Amino acid sequence: MMPDVKVVGVSKTFGNGKIVAVDDVSLEVYDKEYFSLLGPSGCGKTTLLRLIAGLIPMDKGDIYIDKVLVNKMPPEEREIGFVFQTYALFPHMNVWDNVTYGPHIKAWEEKKASALGRETLEMVKLYGRSDAFPNELSGGMMQRVAVARALAAGAKLLLLDEPLGALDAKIRNELRYDIRRLVKDLGLTAIHVTHDQAEAMAISDRIAVMRKGQILQVGTPHELYMNPQHLFVANFIGESNFLEGHIEGMQQDFTTVRLRGDLTVSACNAKTREKDERIVLVVRPEAFTLQKGWKKTANSVMGTIKRVSFEGTTTRYEVYLKTEDTVIVTRPSLAEQPLTVGEKVTLSFEPEKSHIFPYPLKGLLEELKPE
Amino acid sequence: MGKRAKIIKSLDEISSNSILRSGLYLLTIFFFVAIILVPTVLGIASKWNLLSTVVNNSALLARASSAVGASFFVAGLVSVIDLAAGVPTAWFIARGKSRWLNVLDTLCDLPFIIPTVALGYSLLLFWNSPMGVSGLFESSLLSPGWLLVVLLHFVFSFPVVVRVMVGALLDYKYVYEEAARTLGAPPVTAERTVTFPILKPSLVGAFVLAFARSLSETGATIVVAGAFENGAIFVSNMNTPANQALYGQGPLVFASLMLLLIAVVLFGVIQLFGSRLKIPIKHISRTFEKKASGKNVARVRDSVTLFTLSFLILLPALFVAATAVPAVLDGTLGSALSGSGDWGVYWQSLLLSYFVGFAATLVNIVAGLPMAILIARNRMGKRVSSVFDALVNIPIIVPSVALGVSLRFFWGAFPFIPQLLLVIMAHISITYPYFVKSIAAAITRVDVEIENAARILGARPFAVFRTIIMPMVKYSFFAGAIIMFTRSVSETGATVAVINPASPLLTVPVLLVRWIRPLLPSGSSTTVGVSSAVGLGCGFLILFSILILLVLRFVMRGRGRY
Repeated sequence: MMPDVKVVGVSKTFGNGKIVAVDDVSLEVYDKEYFSLLGPSGCGKTTLLRLIAGLIPMDKGDIYIDKVLVNKMPPEEREIGFVFQTYALFPHMNVWDNVTYGPHIKAWEEKKASALGRETLEMVKLYGRSDAFPNELSGGMMQRVAVARALAAGAKLLLLDEPLGALDAKIRNELRYDIRRLVKDLGLTAIHVTHDQAEAMAISDRIAVMRKGQILQVGTPHELYMNPQHLFVANFIGESNFLEGHIEGMQQDFTTVRLRGDLTVSACNAKTREKDERIVLVVRPEAFTLQKGWKKTANSVMGTIKRVSFEGTTTRYEVYLKTEDTVIVTRPSLAEQPLTVGEKVTLSFEPEKSHIFPYPLKGLLEELKPE
Repeated sequence: MGKRAKIIKSLDEISSNSILRSGLYLLTIFFFVAIILVPTVLGIASKWNLLSTVVNNSALLARASSAVGASFFVAGLVSVIDLAAGVPTAWFIARGKSRWLNVLDTLCDLPFIIPTVALGYSLLLFWNSPMGVSGLFESSLLSPGWLLVVLLHFVFSFPVVVRVMVGALLDYKYVYEEAARTLGAPPVTAERTVTFPILKPSLVGAFVLAFARSLSETGATIVVAGAFENGAIFVSNMNTPANQALYGQGPLVFASLMLLLIAVVLFGVIQLFGSRLKIPIKHISRTFEKKASGKNVARVRDSVTLFTLSFLILLPALFVAATAVPAVLDGTLGSALSGSGDWGVYWQSLLLSYFVGFAATLVNIVAGLPMAILIARNRMGKRVSSVFDALVNIPIIVPSVALGVSLRFFWGAFPFIPQLLLVIMAHISITYPYFVKSIAAAITRVDVEIENAARILGARPFAVFRTIIMPMVKYSFFAGAIIMFTRSVSETGATVAVINPASPLLTVPVLLVRWIRPLLPSGSSTTVGVSSAVGLGCGFLILFSILILLVLRFVMRGRGRY
């Protein structure tokens, strides 16, 4: 049985309470789960991870690891492994001494310490570099040694603070799957902090999206993408278009929305909304279909192509709508003929692939701001 | 375009000329070798034939050897005590959160800038006279001797250790310690196995600086030594007209050469093997270290640290101020301010000290700046830079009195050089490393890419220096200059050694040694005499030193601890 983690009403402030880093956060991470804390820089995700590790004291709340209240337990007794963003490999020790540091400090038998060192270094494919010092390793190697060191110390709960942040894109993509595979093979519980939504989506069982010290939504990558419960989540996970409008009417399966310029479209079912309520209609770029020319079809808006960017798998279009909004549309590059700047197009979407949110009190831009 | 702008523009343009730039660096190297390095070493080495005077006189040989041995014993003992007391103090300052720590940090610097002669007299009053703690007992608590020398050296070398270790701890990446904690190490274990091994170069550096500072001190040591004789006192004693007539210059050469050679070898060994020292991480008592990590142990450690700082360092160092109080009532202050009697000589000496300090500072800024750039930016290749980086240390590790003797012998071959110039050159040699090391370290911290960016944007080398480097290192520049100045003003040993005993030239520390000598316990008297004049003389020096420290703090304000 690997540990579950329960965070109940945890808060942390800095600067005599002036900076709220973590604001009354509650969270549950299940046994053997690969869980990610995702959010923009400064949202409090690293602070929350450090609170779970016991590296900083919290102002209020409770943290349970494996059902044990650990509020007053020092980090060395929490049986965790922590992979730091900078790796924090001890510069005066070689790879072997770094990896066997935990077993030696815990005074485990030499035989057991050596076996663990070898096993974990083989796991990360670096046993051959045991004699190397950290400054002789590449970023990817250092990252793998940091993981091996955390595992050799007998960690059951692995806490990873932006572990891939300092690596280049190619290595980052490879290593993220390696780490997940390792965690799953060993049956560990992992909490992974990242600001990279693609990374979080690729490796996590569940993700908590954070902003301004609070958790906005927790769910599987699919849930977060398909059913964002918050405008910020819709913007931060993937990409979205935000169209301001009012509720025109509500039907059995869909809602009619009046956009700017008195254009009406059908959107998802929003029974809890009221007629004439100011709302924001959210449509993903890939939910739009594009047709050449201005055509009056069901659930469509007309516009003109402002910019075209070829991105390999997809082609990205910036379209200026008759509603005076500009939207992003992405279409598969191979499947469709590319359109050109200035071409008149008609955009349409299926109502169930859109989302309706009440217009935020502080304005749309403020709501989407990361900080 | 104004005249100043024209000059700057011309300098900017000249700086693009690589031949002129190389010429400047060669000139810098010539200055260092000809004015600082060679006279420091060659002066004594050239008189090696005089060694026979001592070698053939077994009593003198034994006395000289014992004195030199005592210097290294005291320096070693003091450096160990310094580390034991200075590291927890630095820890307390660097890791604490109270805003009062800034005040404590400033207080730690005080003994460094107070002239050592004033410190010596102050310590003697505190430990030996009935005015101080001895007043609590029937007899004097500590008589002048080796123990008081150790206490004195501890007081003035302690700030060096604190300064080095506070800097090291502030630069240290705390994440290493956190990583060790997450791997199962209690705080004390994490510090022992990770923090201290990583800080080892700074620990070794602090030890070396404290050792060198103790080894080279003369003026204050004479005040508190009593019958105890170390190398510096031996050289000073042998420099009197009576002993010169009796033994010649042989004993001076012998002791100075021994001090120089042993110091160079010892520091070479420390540099070579210091980095190889390993602190074992295995076979620990986990239970013991866990208990030692507790809050109560930390409280006891902090209390002992504060007690040591207050009662063994600050109070004894500032105690002399108590004797300055009667000076206000007994008319001494009036005489002092009017400059009557001995006070005329005092103010002249003070002016001379400040003049010498100013001249040495100015010369070293001009000559030291290019050397600092040469070292920091490997201007003549990495190997040449590291050689100069090591050689620049020599005037620090050579005992100042030995350095003075060496300079006297070397420049003695040029009898047209006036005594005042010799004193200034001695002070240039002693203070040169402080400035070069401090600026070189600051320039090294400036990312070379910033310089490259400025060059790409069209700035010529001199323009890069004045618009990019200088603004970024100006605080280290001021700090280095002020440390040079204060070190020069408090310098005694080399000044005594370099001046002809018959010369009327007196810097203020040398004058104070003369004033204090009759007050020292001798014959039937076992306690130091109290003189409001000496108290006031020391008090003025301390007051001016504190003002300099405040200027330094004012300049550095808002820039964090340095």
